[in-house]
Amino acid sequence: METDLNSQDRKDLDKFIKFFALKTVQVIVQARLGEKICTRSSSSPTGSDWFNLAIKDIPEVTHEAKKALAGQLPAVGRSMCVEISLKTSEGDSMELEIWCLEMNEKCDKEIKVSYTVYNRLSLLLKSLLAITRVTPAYRLSRKQGHEFVILYRIYFGEVQLNGLGEGFQTVRVGTVGTPVGTITLSCAYRINLAFMSTRTAGEDTGVTYPSVEDSQEVCTTSFSTSPPSQLSSSRLSYQPAALGVGSADLAYPVVFAAGLNATHPHQLMVPGKEGGIALAPNQPTHGAQADQERLALYTPSDGAHCMATPSSSEDTETVSNSSEGRASPHDVLETIFVRKVGAFVNKPINQVTLTSLDIPFAMFAPKNLELEDADPMVNPPESPETESPLQGSLHSDGSSGGSNSNAHDDFVMIDFKPAFSKDDILPMDLGTFYREFQNPPQLSSLSIDIGAQSMAEDLDSLQEKLAVHEKNVREFDAFVETLQ
Amino acid sequence: MNCRSEVLEVSVEGRQVEEAMLAVLHTVLLHRSTGKFHYKKEGTYSIGTVGTQDVDCDFIDFTYVRVSSDELDRALRKVVGEFKDALRNSGGDGLGQMSLEFYQKKKSRWPFSDECIPWEVWTVKVHVVALATEQERQICREKVGEKLCEKIINIVEVMNRHEYLPKMPTQSEVDNVFDTGLRDVQPYLYKISFQITDALGTSVTTTMRRLIKDTLAL
Repeated sequence: METDLNSQDRKDLDKFIKFFALKTVQVIVQARLGEKICTRSSSSPTGSDWFNLAIKDIPEVTHEAKKALAGQLPAVGRSMCVEISLKTSEGDSMELEIWCLEMNEKCDKEIKVSYTVYNRLSLLLKSLLAITRVTPAYRLSRKQGHEFVILYRIYFGEVQLNGLGEGFQTVRVGTVGTPVGTITLSCAYRINLAFMSTRTAGEDTGVTYPSVEDSQEVCTTSFSTSPPSQLSSSRLSYQPAALGVGSADLAYPVVFAAGLNATHPHQLMVPGKEGGIALAPNQPTHGAQADQERLALYTPSDGAHCMATPSSSEDTETVSNSSEGRASPHDVLETIFVRKVGAFVNKPINQVTLTSLDIPFAMFAPKNLELEDADPMVNPPESPETESPLQGSLHSDGSSGGSNSNAHDDFVMIDFKPAFSKDDILPMDLGTFYREFQNPPQLSSLSIDIGAQSMAEDLDSLQEKLAVHEKNVREFDAFVETLQ
Repeated sequence: MNCRSEVLEVSVEGRQVEEAMLAVLHTVLLHRSTGKFHYKKEGTYSIGTVGTQDVDCDFIDFTYVRVSSDELDRALRKVVGEFKDALRNSGGDGLGQMSLEFYQKKKSRWPFSDECIPWEVWTVKVHVVALATEQERQICREKVGEKLCEKIINIVEVMNRHEYLPKMPTQSEVDNVFDTGLRDVQPYLYKISFQITDALGTSVTTTMRRLIKDTLAL
């Protein structure tokens, strides 16, 4: 195969592929910085713009890409991957996309390297520019800031798509045939943006600095792509969770300073809980399985699916971290799971369920619970009939029009459609209003204990009150006369 | 050589027409533009650099990439504006289409005029819907954004089939292949036309706009 390609062409081709890989990484990372990109056209060639496209080179990104490539080029079985993930200010993270630059064995011997291949690589970069604005992560990345940041990680080797959840989609950006193989650029992206975060009470927040161990195949680093203005706030909001270094591929999450004077990125090390932990091969591949693992971790006595979670929405990366950590989480028997729903889900609702297995009917708990501190149905304050806040909330959703939501064992969930109301498109309308105000808290004066108590007090103070009133008899008489 | 033809369809609200059309046209032209050629001696040439910029849409949840050329952007906006006005004034069902045609010129001898041979035509069919409530408009913003994402993916897929492209011309032939009139980029020769159709698909008004001055007949 190589004898067909003269040495000059071969050298050129290698150079083209190398710079194409570097430019690909630049385009992808810059598209996730959260800002609009603008570069100028120049009619006079400067000679330094590869592929005749004005793509800025962010030095840190080039540095990391070169480090990941380590002098190699994408080849069969050795792909260059850029992983884009999201990390919230509470430390939860989720993989959003994997961009893969792969090479397969299908060769095009006839093609001219210095001309056709170069131009086609240029076209492919343009396609990449267009496609990076079109996947769901783009809109997320434009909204990053205080609540979450977007991280990237470059690795070289086998493509690992485990962290994208179930049902991820792929889009092919394009292919370019070369005499040594066909270059393919594609993106696999998550479509299920709901994820579970775990916040454990009493988690050890001590900071540990794991050492980087180079694995044979994967060398990983990860960076934040938040704009410089967000840098300090996003850094401070990271919660380093010492879950231990289970995987040999754990590396530093480094806060990336786009344009800032972060000449030594390693100094800004903040070992976050997540943010591009290498996808170790022992990761659970299935969301449901991950669910089980997490359950096993927190409630070792029971492996049943007791959490009201859709199985496809798991963040397996977080789980793998949790499963790798062997210290504190084992001791925690009760955790509070907060489920956040990402930007592309229709109804973003905060959901709370208690994982304690004491909840009856927890398996049938509805998926849509509204979390409101002031919501009387979640926390009915004085009502003596409610067993637990969750009990109240279990009944809050979908209860029928007239029934008392505090009925326990006979509870049946039916869809609530109030008469004369239009179809619920927006959350707030008659049905919601009715549900929300269906269960006001009990009046305190009607509650027996308090009522009894005040009666006793009243009786005791009766004598005093009578004495006071007798003293003021004249005032009362005068008042009565004014009324007449 | 046959002309390649691609058809895209979009359903948008009236105020989204311009941005949707610009998004599609700019994405196609991004792929069909190069830097300016500078011919040197011995027939070689160097190519200028094409810059790109992101454009956020105001009425659609969408961002597209276009080449950094204000001239090109102005030219497109002009014709898209005319299309939008024609749609609005037609008073019909709000159906129309724009065609972006890439062509090559073939010089003929005098007195015959140059032939324009299209090699790729992109047709975007537009259906304008009228929405009643703000809530519907909000949903439309998102839906049209998602649809445009699909269209961009379709466009990229076609572009990367690497089908026929005109051969790179010599210096004397460059104006037969490329539009060299712009200052900073060099798209392939193209023309944009549009027509408004009624519900039966017949053409009610046909309006041709030629953006390249030297395509007029002698």
